[in-house]
Amino acid sequence: MASTKQKRGIVLTEEQQRIRRTRSIALALVLAGFAILFYLVTIVKLGPGVLNRPL
Amino acid sequence: MNQAGASRSAEVLPGFSDVADYFALLKPRVMSLVVFTALVGLLRAHGDLHPFLGFTALLCIAIGAGASGALNMWWDADIDARMGRTCARPIPAGRVPAGEALAVGLTLSVASVVMLGLFAGFLAAGLLAFTIFFYAVIYTMWLKRWTAQNIVIGGAAGAFPPMIGWAAATGSIGLESIILFLMIFFWTPPHFWALALLRKDDYARVGVPMLPNVAGDQETRKQIVIYAAIMAAVGVLPALLGFAGIFYGAVSAVLGAIFFALALDVWRKTRGAAAEMAARRLFAFSVLYLFLLFAVLLVEGMGW
Repeated sequence: MASTKQKRGIVLTEEQQRIRRTRSIALALVLAGFAILFYLVTIVKLGPGVLNRPL
Repeated sequence: MNQAGASRSAEVLPGFSDVADYFALLKPRVMSLVVFTALVGLLRAHGDLHPFLGFTALLCIAIGAGASGALNMWWDADIDARMGRTCARPIPAGRVPAGEALAVGLTLSVASVVMLGLFAGFLAAGLLAFTIFFYAVIYTMWLKRWTAQNIVIGGAAGAFPPMIGWAAATGSIGLESIILFLMIFFWTPPHFWALALLRKDDYARVGVPMLPNVAGDQETRKQIVIYAAIMAAVGVLPALLGFAGIFYGAVSAVLGAIFFALALDVWRKTRGAAAEMAARRLFAFSVLYLFLLFAVLLVEGMGW
């Protein structure tokens, strides 16, 4: 019995799984939002100048 | 410090709080007022900031305000747990571990300041950093539990957002942004003392030295009248100094007079249900007062 439990590790309840999924999705959306935000700010601040640099 | 919050937070496993609880840590209602006043500062400045960068500046100010709210909730979890108004907040209710609230507060503080610096300049970022520090450390950790002048001095934290918006738009601090700062600064004491008169027992139970608990109700009422008079006078300054139009001047004079009359009402009615009703009316009107004044400034600033 104990060894079975050990093998399975911590088993999340359905509620915990739902919360973890929601949190993961929210974090993904926030990170994606920041990536888009930084991209747009770069374009707005530098415009075509973003490509204008020495090699 | 916040033992209550720390022990109660054992009820929830780290990483298993609802997204809504993390959002509640950011005090969204306070955040909305901060965004609104910062927007007024940003637009009244008529700077040459690109509209999209203006939007990102507001986003950074909102995140910074939320971060200081999370730090405030982390530090105050012990007293929040024992006050009716705040016991349902995420930390005392055991829905977010105290350590996670601290991590959220610190991470968002740094992120908001760095981003604002990159997007809209380092004067605005410096002001935002100072505001977060002032609210979380000077007000929450020091003044709040130490002096009855806590919300007078601490109110500066809530008064900075229009100045940050102005600095983001222009890279400077103009006289008009200082007037906007003063309008909120002098509005804060009568607003919070009206609430403190109603919640005196709550504050007494947790040992927060609000003015009614330290100096008594009558002294608080006197102070409310004095600050209401200064606030009403400062409220018309934008029109007198030529920053705002006649419409704003008329609105601010009328609203200031109503505010002062309600403050006098609080001063006169000292007992029973009438006193409670007077304080409740002043508190409710104070929110409307600030909103309407800034809304008119916004409308005039947009040239509508």
